[in-house]
Amino acid sequence: MTAPAAAYGKALDLITRVRGVRGAMLVSAEDGIVVAEQLMEGIKGPAVSALAASLATRLRRAMEAAGVGASLFWHLQAEQGALLVVPTPGGTLVVAVAEPDVNVGLVRLELLRAAEVVG
Amino acid sequence: MPDEIKTLSSQLAQDPDSLLFLRLGELLRQKGQLDAAHRVALTGLERHPHLPDAHDLYARILADKRDYERAFDEWDMALRIAPDHVGALKGLAFLYFKVGDVQQAAAHLEAAQRVAPDDPGVAQALAMARGGGPGDAEAGAGGSGAVEPEPIAPAAQPLEEARVFAGLEGAQEGLLLLDASGRVLGGALKDPSGRDVTDAVAAYLAGVSQEAARTVKLLGLGRWTGLAAEGSLGHVHLAPPTGEALLLVVRDRAVPMGRLAIIAQRAALAARRWLEGGAHA
Repeated sequence: MTAPAAAYGKALDLITRVRGVRGAMLVSAEDGIVVAEQLMEGIKGPAVSALAASLATRLRRAMEAAGVGASLFWHLQAEQGALLVVPTPGGTLVVAVAEPDVNVGLVRLELLRAAEVVG
Repeated sequence: MPDEIKTLSSQLAQDPDSLLFLRLGELLRQKGQLDAAHRVALTGLERHPHLPDAHDLYARILADKRDYERAFDEWDMALRIAPDHVGALKGLAFLYFKVGDVQQAAAHLEAAQRVAPDDPGVAQALAMARGGGPGDAEAGAGGSGAVEPEPIAPAAQPLEEARVFAGLEGAQEGLLLLDASGRVLGGALKDPSGRDVTDAVAAYLAGVSQEAARTVKLLGLGRWTGLAAEGSLGHVHLAPPTGEALLLVVRDRAVPMGRLAIIAQRAALAARRWLEGGAHA
């Protein structure tokens, strides 16, 4: 991590400001620990972050083995919402939890911007 | 044939709106110049988008290039424009035959036979679909030098391709079906250098379906329906065709994510049918 903690909050603000985003987190990709979060009440941040990190690891390895390179963005789609993730080069996952009708392109952009801040 | 190609090319250049592209595209296809045939057919199709023969020609070229999914779309389009189009009926029959749906293949061939009862290619393919062996097919096709060679020959296609993804685009290099433990049920995966990476990727994906399900459950988001991932060199899409199985589609970055999702949907449907039919048992 290269950014100061205050920058994390601003990075998460960028994401949660998008209509349809229920929350955002910064997660350590290595151990799944929450680094910072802005989640709506009821979302179990630590549990979700652990699973997101595990999924990210499996996905990264599978993608590298498949020869499609490093994962830049992934989007877990579900009937009633979605989990959107951008891994940063520094080993952090920028995660958003969103409603099903969220503008995925916009969230992706904000996640990428946040990832630049986090480093 | 080269002279005819040259002549047709010249005539087509002088009159780009003519239908000569149909003959030229077909000649190039028969000669194996698929890229050139593809260009000719596509240009013709742009000028004559409502011409069923143009869609039929394009579909034949796509089928020769083993892009069966798009070939299906083109033949389907030809039939929407002209429901009795024999070429499209035969083409779709061929694709159904390839995926092992012999009933649909026979139904399309029967429809083709109603329109063209004297077409020996249709009769030959129909005999095959109804249970005749390759020997029957050869017997049906042989003997008459006047019979124009079939551009695609259902009777000549081995049934060994009637597997889960047979007929789908990238079935042997970009589609994979796994069970919950990561065991490969169908398809195959190659990396950009052509190396088979099926087992390695399958091993990493073991348990992903369950983890995705747990994650969305924890978030109260219902059932997970897909996972799209963008890589620096390519895109992947994961989907659960059934509760425990996992489908993986991999394409290079030239294929947009939306297109990948459509490919995944089709592959998931094929996988679901295959799994529910117990074909893997």
